Amino acid sequence: MNDRTSPALSAVDRPNSYIGRSVPRPNARRLVQGRGQYTDDIAAPARTLYAAFLRSPYAHAQITRIDVAAAKSAAGVALVVTGAELATVCEPWVGVLTHFKGLRSATQYALAVDRVVWQGEPIVGVVAESRALAEDALALIEIDYAELPAVTDPDAALLPDTPVIHAELGSNLAFALNLESGDAEAAFRDAHAVVSGDFRFGRHAPVTLESRSILADFDPSTRRLTVHQSTQTPYQMQDIFARHLRLPQADVRVVAQDVGGSFGMKLHVYGDEMATAAMSVMLGRPVKFVADRLEAFQSDIHARDHRVRARMAVAADGEITGMIVDDITGVGAFSAYPRTSAVEGNQAIRLMGGPYKLRNYQGRLRVVFQNKGLMSQYRAVGHPIACGVTEALVDQAAAAVGLDPLEIRRRNLLTDDVYPYTSPTGYIFERLSHHQCLEKLERLMDYAGLRANQAEARQRGVMRGIGFAAFIEITNPGPAFYGVGGAHITAQDGCVLTLEPSGNLRCAVSVTEQGQGTEAIMAQIAASAVGVPIEHVRVITGDTEATPYGGATWASRGAGIGGETVLITGKALRANLLRLAGVMLQAPAEALDIKDGLIVDAATGQERLSLPELARIAYYRPDTLPQGVQAELSAAHNHVPRGQPFAFTNGIQASHVEVDVETGFVRLLNHWVVEDCGRIINPLLVDEQVRGGVVQGIGAALFEECLYSEQGQLLNGTLADYLVPMAGDMPDIHVEHVSTPTLHSELGAKGAGEAGAAGAAAAVLNAINDALQPLGARLLQIPATPERILRALGKLDAPGRPTSGEE
Amino acid sequence: MRTISTTILVNGTSVTRQVEPRTHLADFLRGELGLTGTHVGCEHGVCGACTVLMDGATVRACLVLAVQASGREVQTIEGLSAAKHKITQALQEAFCARNALQCGFCTPGLLATATELLTQDPTPSREAIREAISGHYCRCTGYHAIVDAVQQAAAVLATTEEPTR
Repeated sequence: MNDRTSPALSAVDRPNSYIGRSVPRPNARRLVQGRGQYTDDIAAPARTLYAAFLRSPYAHAQITRIDVAAAKSAAGVALVVTGAELATVCEPWVGVLTHFKGLRSATQYALAVDRVVWQGEPIVGVVAESRALAEDALALIEIDYAELPAVTDPDAALLPDTPVIHAELGSNLAFALNLESGDAEAAFRDAHAVVSGDFRFGRHAPVTLESRSILADFDPSTRRLTVHQSTQTPYQMQDIFARHLRLPQADVRVVAQDVGGSFGMKLHVYGDEMATAAMSVMLGRPVKFVADRLEAFQSDIHARDHRVRARMAVAADGEITGMIVDDITGVGAFSAYPRTSAVEGNQAIRLMGGPYKLRNYQGRLRVVFQNKGLMSQYRAVGHPIACGVTEALVDQAAAAVGLDPLEIRRRNLLTDDVYPYTSPTGYIFERLSHHQCLEKLERLMDYAGLRANQAEARQRGVMRGIGFAAFIEITNPGPAFYGVGGAHITAQDGCVLTLEPSGNLRCAVSVTEQGQGTEAIMAQIAASAVGVPIEHVRVITGDTEATPYGGATWASRGAGIGGETVLITGKALRANLLRLAGVMLQAPAEALDIKDGLIVDAATGQERLSLPELARIAYYRPDTLPQGVQAELSAAHNHVPRGQPFAFTNGIQASHVEVDVETGFVRLLNHWVVEDCGRIINPLLVDEQVRGGVVQGIGAALFEECLYSEQGQLLNGTLADYLVPMAGDMPDIHVEHVSTPTLHSELGAKGAGEAGAAGAAAAVLNAINDALQPLGARLLQIPATPERILRALGKLDAPGRPTSGEE
Repeated sequence: MRTISTTILVNGTSVTRQVEPRTHLADFLRGELGLTGTHVGCEHGVCGACTVLMDGATVRACLVLAVQASGREVQTIEGLSAAKHKITQALQEAFCARNALQCGFCTPGLLATATELLTQDPTPSREAIREAISGHYCRCTGYHAIVDAVQQAAAVLATTEEPTR
């Protein structure tokens, strides 16, 4: 925090001069002045048209008649397209990948054909001179529906008398997985105590402040498609647009300038966006579509939606000996494309019990279809489910054997001598730091003091609670990720680093920026690797025409994989420049060094040549170089992590809450996180990643839930009805770190994007239950709304209807 | 559709346009004037991203029709930035230094509200800051850094106040 200005390089701290420093983000200055260029801000090309979509009012219905005649002749309308018409231009898709054996989904069209399977599914696209005129025309479309029974409850989805959403699949089961390791039955038979719970994790919405946005511009003269899109991964989308619109990949350019929040939501293929691009192809004109907030709630992927029945076996000394988990998760009407909707559940049951030594594990996963919007990968995929179940059971186990919650964790967390460690579910942990994190947390939060405070408050009838959540976090996905299942999603990243004629560096890299600080971090690494002031580095991201093809930013891979790519490239360019300087100075390259943008004598540090001067000669006076010398002023590298499938990280969180037992309201008093993301490149940015993730986890814990009627109607799909965390409700969040760099890369960086969201909800729910414990109440459902807390306290009548999403 | 001649003083310049009565101020600023720093997040007055100053007080530009702003003075983030508004500028510096923004979509609206806050209360407590900005949703930061930045800006402004005041 003391190094906010960019300090000059010195001989002492190179090559890591900017690594580990809180360098401010170069793009922040633009954003605070309102100079961002989010997709809807880009000046529309001449003759731009605007799209709007008629969406299904029913969760499940047969379309018996569509009449678009009046819409076609409405003012300003250029095109009206139904699903069948659009399918002639845009190939439909199926959201399966082969590495999820048995995963099934049905053919999904950009616009529904004959049948709608969730409320909000787009049916007809209208393109007009303005969005308002397009919406006016939507009102003139007549559709007759024959409503069909809707499947909403995940448990009911597999019952024999429940309607099957996709008849061709024979059931509503999308994917099933059973894991078994050790002898869980024996562990439970021999247990001193068994604790259990029936957990529910509400379905929640991403609510990126900038909704999904796309401006597609097809030029019929060259048959080239240029798409400005609010996406995390322009490379994946370039491939998708090319294949589904039958264009050569080279003729599709995807540009993602500023992106107003993503969190995994902007990785998936959406029918309305595909239709927008297709309608641009049909019209040969630019077409823009920006989802409004109501459309966002109905059509963005949702997150979570799990019901988990789980048991934990514990020995008398507190040793956790076994865990049996049954997770059923509802993913909506289709498995999402192209990343599927199986990853959330797969990671949830593989992360169960992850921080602990237990060897006996049974996990059962069932992923089911429902007549709801799609559920797919969202920040901390599967993590909060595994962490929520495990950590709640650990607290129950502690109570069952009379141990303090921190002490039972101390006794069971993986110890430093076990690494490398293979978990019962097959995850390989290179080296984690659970005990260091726990000890640091205990000091940071003054645990003993808080317990004293809790006891004193209880005397006054004030119910406070302390909750912990240890977690592991999946980051830096390796070479097999997605590609192994047949997806055209690359696990590698690319960087092209160039010394420009000015002597500055241009760093084109395939990781993208959605506010995490990607551009700042890549500049730090490039500047450090080459040896130049950070102000002399310009980072270019988010344009398939200007940057190398790569994975982009998701799954906490930006710093670890993109950063390593830039580091390798920077070292290569540095070698090029030293070789060239050696020619110019008639010195061996090894005798020279680059410091602070200057070629210096390695031994004395004395300046020999500036980089601008070297660049001037190389670009404008190559005639002065010896015959045969070619100045190599760029370096390009691609990099994919090898050696491990993921770089796991770990940490622990704690929450301090006060529960008003009369109203059921929860006040968050404090929140702490100690995490280990390996080498920290920019402490300021890492802390803010963690804090942001924590608040998203708190949202899931206390507020956020997509509520549906039994007919599959989303009941709270507006920002007035759907609660997200507000500043006034949030506590300060204290973040500290332990640093265990991965040895599988030179940079040593692991990811940090999931950490906060992975454990926050679990810590908050445990804190609530700690507060309620003297009253004999326990809640195993999030969000922990005031109503649910009062029901747990027996202060409200039991609900007449199920409480999972159908209230 | 019928249009109405509307004159608004926007960032110090009087602009007159024919607008449809249904056009809200945020769409007017963005579409007619290219002032895209006013962001549209929900269009139902909850998220705060479109917040601008009208006659010096914050309004949701999505809840004000352009015709309702006729004859009024509107300041957007572009205007506050160009005018080097002392409070806004201190906030912008602090937001950058503290990394009180990630994606930046909510930031212009937050800066309008924080400018109004520090105009009315030069030394707000953390609680007062949290209360004041609770009408702005930020999905990236978790708010902690924003509270820090507003405090930091207030501290900087306090030390640079003219002694004659």
